[in-house]
Amino acid sequence: MHNSDKVIVGIIIFILFFAMPFWLNFGKAKALPKPELPSDTKECVESREYMRAYHMKMLLDWRDKKVREGQVYYINSQGKFFKMSLQNTCMKCHKSMEKFCDRCHKTASAHPDCWNCHIKPEEVSKWQ
Amino acid sequence: MAINRRDFLKLGGLAVISSVASSALAKNFTKGSETLTGKRWVMVIDVLKCKENSAMCVSKCVEACHVVHNVPQIPDKKKEIKWIWEEKFQHAFPELSTNRYLNEKFWDVPFLLLCNHCDEPPCVRVCPTQATFKRYDGIVMMDFHRCIGCRFCMAACPYGARSFNWFDSKSYLTKVNPEYPARSKGVVEKCTFCDERLAEGKIPACVEACPGKALHFGDLANLNDPIHQILKGRIAIRRKEALTTKPSVYYLIG
Repeated sequence: MHNSDKVIVGIIIFILFFAMPFWLNFGKAKALPKPELPSDTKECVESREYMRAYHMKMLLDWRDKKVREGQVYYINSQGKFFKMSLQNTCMKCHKSMEKFCDRCHKTASAHPDCWNCHIKPEEVSKWQ
Repeated sequence: MAINRRDFLKLGGLAVISSVASSALAKNFTKGSETLTGKRWVMVIDVLKCKENSAMCVSKCVEACHVVHNVPQIPDKKKEIKWIWEEKFQHAFPELSTNRYLNEKFWDVPFLLLCNHCDEPPCVRVCPTQATFKRYDGIVMMDFHRCIGCRFCMAACPYGARSFNWFDSKSYLTKVNPEYPARSKGVVEKCTFCDERLAEGKIPACVEACPGKALHFGDLANLNDPIHQILKGRIAIRRKEALTTKPSVYYLIG
């Protein structure tokens, strides 16, 4: 290989630079986010594991079924009926966007735009 | 072992059949038993009753609609948002207002205008993202999630029934209905015939709020619906018939 000494040094520098976030945060474990779970109810629409993994997909499904096909209820794996609504179903138990949604979303740098239009529970008191 | 063509086709066919069957069996969504279902929702507005009761009602229908749907009150006329509003005869029916005698008859009659939920909606034809679309029950729906704010629909709508959000609507709300969303900047909105209320078995908010019973709502596809008797017994007109959009909002003028 031509100029192998320079190329190899270059590759090493590139790898070091590319892995910078890893070096900078080495050994500093950040606490896992703890979204506040509702105290008055233990059961969500589906199991905790399912909701953790697929809540975003479920919300998109609900949105399309409700707005575009006029469906009203979601039937969960136990056969229970749930009205499909972010504001009126999800947020009736999870009473806070900041203490529930945002805690994980911030850690994961996810920026869903639900609350640009939907009215979060925190906001309601502003008008009452 | 090499799979032969015959077996391959058999397996493929089985896979297709089983996937179709499983998707048909796994029904995760349903309408409620309380949902009002129709095939062709129409609204009939008795403008003569509107005139009679105008002193007592002071546009309760407009207020009810805008409160229920979190419609912001924006003072700038060029940027205002409206789902249902009051208009003079010559503006609602410009093609009829060249008739002097009609004009004289209706000059002080308030005409309530809203989205006509046309049979042939021009807005749906031009929407590039299918954010506005014709629902199975005749409602011209808005999917705010999909709207990109191109405003083609506003240019296409001959009735001016659509408004564009120049601002974040939450900052212009004085009252809020926490059960209904607001809209973000850059989204077009209009009347949806209260699809969310129909799903709960309620008639549209404006019809319910009218103290003079001047607004009627019904299913034109259902021959037993009382709306047929009203339309047959009275003189009912629709806006801009010549454009052949076939509106489903009727005005009783005689």
